[in-house]
Amino acid sequence: MSNRLINWFKFASPATFYPLAGKMIPVFWVLAALFGGFGLWLSFFVAPTDATQGEGYRIIFIHVPTSWMSMFIYMVMAAWAAMGLSLNARLSSMMAQALAPTGALMAFLSLWTGAFWGKPMWGTWWVWDARLTSELILFFLYLGFMALQASIDDPRRADKAGAIVALVGVVNVPIIYFSVKWWNTLHQGASVSINKSPSMAMTMLWGMLLMALCLWMYSIAMALTRVRAIILERESHTDWVKQLSEVKP
Amino acid sequence: MIWNSASDFFAMGGYGLYVWGSFGVCAVAFLVEPLMIAKRHKDIVRTLRRQAVAEKLEMENK
Amino acid sequence: MNAMLAVMRRDLLMVMRRKSEVLTALFFFVIVSSLFPLGIGPEPALLRKIAPGVLWVGALLATMLGLQRMFAADHADGTLEQMAISPTPLVWLVVGKVAAHWLVSGLPLVLMAPVLGIQFDLDPGALGVLMLALLLGTPLLSLIGAIGAALTLGVRGGGVLLSLLVLPLYVPALIFGAGAVESHISGLGAGGHLSLLAAILTLAVFFAPWAATAALRIALE
Repeated sequence: MSNRLINWFKFASPATFYPLAGKMIPVFWVLAALFGGFGLWLSFFVAPTDATQGEGYRIIFIHVPTSWMSMFIYMVMAAWAAMGLSLNARLSSMMAQALAPTGALMAFLSLWTGAFWGKPMWGTWWVWDARLTSELILFFLYLGFMALQASIDDPRRADKAGAIVALVGVVNVPIIYFSVKWWNTLHQGASVSINKSPSMAMTMLWGMLLMALCLWMYSIAMALTRVRAIILERESHTDWVKQLSEVKP
Repeated sequence: MIWNSASDFFAMGGYGLYVWGSFGVCAVAFLVEPLMIAKRHKDIVRTLRRQAVAEKLEMENK
Repeated sequence: MNAMLAVMRRDLLMVMRRKSEVLTALFFFVIVSSLFPLGIGPEPALLRKIAPGVLWVGALLATMLGLQRMFAADHADGTLEQMAISPTPLVWLVVGKVAAHWLVSGLPLVLMAPVLGIQFDLDPGALGVLMLALLLGTPLLSLIGAIGAALTLGVRGGGVLLSLLVLPLYVPALIFGAGAVESHISGLGAGGHLSLLAAILTLAVFFAPWAATAALRIALE
């Protein structure tokens, strides 16, 4: 084999992935800072005041990215969990385990910022809008995944059981979203929906995209950092962990 | 620049509580999460190091 | 097929020997449904409005109570392992168990619901729709619940964890089930809701047993 070809599968071992992740983390932090700096500048200093919502609309620059990330992370988490289940790969399951808390945090922040947007715009902290309600259920799905894994002592069983929960959740999220949307249109409550935003100025769109990229890089950095801790916790009996510079006495 | 003064910026046209309530909580979250993970990492390294030292002492005393 | 029926018969026999479990869940349904008017007020118009939702939530919670029973007893005495290594595919045995669970937990709710519906001053048409919706919905609850029950087998804090896992997945059934009754009451016809409920049920009939079987094998390892 030519020594220019990288055998990617060698990184499927926790022992080789641990140092690789360590090297990758600062890169993602830098990217997050760059996208975030640029995105925040656009959000606060370039995007114009909205005609109908005044300055309050600026919350979308953090609300929409957190919502996107909460859903995206769930998909990625389910994919890793599925890989861990089908290929019997521990590291894939560890990645799923590492992603869950960050995803749950994104879901929570999406709900929080959604409430803070709803209060000035529609007068109530909570609106049973299809998206917010589905987001709430997504949050519960994350919590269920984390709770199940926390309560099973055997790590491999926890991995596989969590994978089933994540996969059943992935199938259900579209169904839940559709059913809540149906329910919402029949119970026409709030007359304004978050959907109905005016055709956005380009700067507004760019602001959202950049903030979303920022949160994406941040999430990757968090997942990689957390997976390193998980690897150490679960592989503590192995030789390579015992030989690590930070562990070796 | 679209803000006439710093106080305008913080007031956010009357929506200050909501805008800063949102961004503020997110900022806190994005600070606390990395700190918690760093603590988790430090804890496991400390535990492993203690174990390694204990094993070493055991070997030496044999 | 024979094995599935055998497992069903066995589960039903075991329940017959301890009828109290079943009756407790049914009484729970009755009591919970009665609590709402006590808490909210006896005004008939209001009760008629909240009836579909209240009765459906009561049915959900009553089903939750009985879910652990599906696999726990057999897991504890080793029968489940025997089932896993038997020549019959485990999927069929799981289907048998789910069917037995529905007969014991779901069907009584379907039959009890009209009686409770009268407490809420629902008219006969609405009661009919309610029964039909529950008839379609309760098997769905048993199927999805089986996945949760299999996942939390032998896990500490199992009951509450089971609720956390399963209740979000029950939301579509709740929305379409209660919605069917409501749309009948408001004159729009329950057809749409009931068809969607039936569609989700069909999906679940095909996929839930597989997911539950996979979860069982994981729990038995």
